[in-house]
Amino acid sequence: MHKFFIRSFVSSLVLLFTFTVAAIAKDVKAAFVYIGPTGDHGWTYQHDVGRKAVEAAGFKTTYVEGVPESADAERVLRQLANSGHDVIFTTSFGYMNPTNKVAKEFPNVKFEHATGYKREHPNVSTYAARFYEGRTILGTIAGTMTKSNVIGYVASFPIPEVIRGINSFTLAAQKVNPNIKTKIVWAFTWYDPGKEAEAAKALIDQGADVIAQHTDSTAIVQMAEKAGVYAFGQASDMDKFAPKAVLTSVENNWGPYYVDRVKAVANGTWSQKDTWHGIGDGMVVISDLDSQMPADLRSKVKKLQADLASGKVHSFTGPIYDQKGNLMVAEGKTADDGMLAGMMTYVKGVEGDIPK
Amino acid sequence: MIKIVKRDQPSRAIFFFTPVLAIFLTLVAGSLIFFILGFKPFEALKFFFIVPIADKYGFSELLLKATPLCLIAIGLSFCFKSNNWNIGAEGQLTFGAIVSGGVALLFYEQEGFYILPIVILAGAIGGMLYASIPAILKTYFNTNEILVSLMLVYVSKLILDYLVVGPWSNPEGFNFPETRQFSDSAKLPLLFEGLRIHAGIFLALAAVVISWFVFYKTYLGFQMKVSGFSLKTAKYAGYKGKKMIILVFLISGACAGLAGVGEITGPIGQLHREISPDYGFTAIIVAFLGRLHPVGIIFASLVVAITYLGAETAQIFMQIPKYTGQVFQGMILFFLLASDYLLFFKFKFIGSKK
Repeated sequence: MHKFFIRSFVSSLVLLFTFTVAAIAKDVKAAFVYIGPTGDHGWTYQHDVGRKAVEAAGFKTTYVEGVPESADAERVLRQLANSGHDVIFTTSFGYMNPTNKVAKEFPNVKFEHATGYKREHPNVSTYAARFYEGRTILGTIAGTMTKSNVIGYVASFPIPEVIRGINSFTLAAQKVNPNIKTKIVWAFTWYDPGKEAEAAKALIDQGADVIAQHTDSTAIVQMAEKAGVYAFGQASDMDKFAPKAVLTSVENNWGPYYVDRVKAVANGTWSQKDTWHGIGDGMVVISDLDSQMPADLRSKVKKLQADLASGKVHSFTGPIYDQKGNLMVAEGKTADDGMLAGMMTYVKGVEGDIPK
Repeated sequence: MIKIVKRDQPSRAIFFFTPVLAIFLTLVAGSLIFFILGFKPFEALKFFFIVPIADKYGFSELLLKATPLCLIAIGLSFCFKSNNWNIGAEGQLTFGAIVSGGVALLFYEQEGFYILPIVILAGAIGGMLYASIPAILKTYFNTNEILVSLMLVYVSKLILDYLVVGPWSNPEGFNFPETRQFSDSAKLPLLFEGLRIHAGIFLALAAVVISWFVFYKTYLGFQMKVSGFSLKTAKYAGYKGKKMIILVFLISGACAGLAGVGEITGPIGQLHREISPDYGFTAIIVAFLGRLHPVGIIFASLVVAITYLGAETAQIFMQIPKYTGQVFQGMILFFLLASDYLLFFKFKFIGSKK
């Protein structure tokens, strides 16, 4: 009788302990703030895929979509911080100031801001992906596949992120085909199917037979499909929207990072970080390579992908010259992160000027 | 048997009753939509209309959201009452914000009590300048003000884009499309510690009082009313139509410009590409829901403001898609227009006599 009591007492203690540990771990709630609808098949869609990975890891999540970068963002953030969320991911650049403002009021809530540079309080981290690594791959493919040697590029805003992408793309294309030129059209939008399609049309009319994009809708690949030229998917695998045109896509894969950070909050190991992950860490993913590409190109791309992942190849390896012929990166050197983060000059081979 | 009969005169009681009816019908239809989407209608309505304003903070956010809507709608009521269809308030808001933001940047890191009044005034002038374009084109060139004012909205947004991407972008901001944060001397004071509600609400209240006075106590108000009923009568009465048209556009533009000032020198504190979630367009719904009456507009702006807040709360707590908020705004306008039928027609119950 006595033994029975002790045994059941101990076992219930153990049980209680496991339950509590499980409860603590699973009690963490994560919130996500999106700029667009979850069904945009681009930027927001991919963040939501990341959120679902957090759910799959056993955590509760909440999201608010279509939050404008106006005065409304701050209210949504405060409401999420106030309603028991432990970590909040704000997934658009324009949330930078509201994120830091609300973070100050809620020191116990962790904030993770995508693509920004302000970390004014210890509970704010920032994260971004080295998409330029993916663009090195796209440039290699574009330089090989082009016949007209004119490559079109629909760009969004003249910020370092976008300039870096154009440069990385152009450098890689030049490496396989020194005669190529990259023509840029600025759409001044991240998501506007109408404007993006028009920009793509303008580039095709100027003789571009491969179109790259740094905007989020599927309008460009669809326009390319219609015109019979090649294109690349952005943010998510866009092959199904333009099976003939899309050679591959650069996918934003936020899931592993999100799961990692939410787990860190659960374990109490979260600390402020500035994360910039690329192909090696799996934040940038290259979709299946289209069978229209010659087999040797495909194997070359696979190798390049592995080398970028291991660090054997860097997207910005010297010698790199700017449009005027000034040396930007010396032979044998690679551009450091500081230079990449503030990159505001085109490399040689890009046509036109950066809008001012 | 029911027969539909035309009224001899629009009913005044029904005139003020239909907005209430429209809101009621919106709630009914909204519940139906929630039910079809698989949510409990009453719970959803609770999260939509009660939870967001259940505490002090929520209520202050409601006022913050209603302020620009009320201000713009008051301005628009001057135009709409006198048969001038200014639907470009969004553009006037944007241009007002551009001018006042430019002035605020000019005073960057300077102090002085005189800065804020200049910034506010600049916003009103910006809005007036921008509204004067459709007004002058209408009066002197007979253009359609609906088209002109609407198209100018897109022009103003492009100007704003250009400025925040280019010459006005924050020099330390890595070329991201935004200006510097304004200095405190160029920002509207907050009314309570910890809440975002700012002095801009007094501008809206002043607009309400002034508009009531103008509408019901001045010759201009009478002119507007007559022109609203019949332009021909106004002409026969010898009113100088052109002057009045330009005046109502200027008032409307000033109000929209001030709403823009309230946003950028209030909760936002800088210029960037998204300073307004289409307040200028939503305010059209507010103006009509409020029956173009100053007091009505106050209530209407609160009702419409809550559809914004409610949509957020409903998504956070019930995972209802946030875009339902826009559906609600659309339904309010739809039911209002539909129930206006009752203004001019009535149902008559007739016994079956032979």
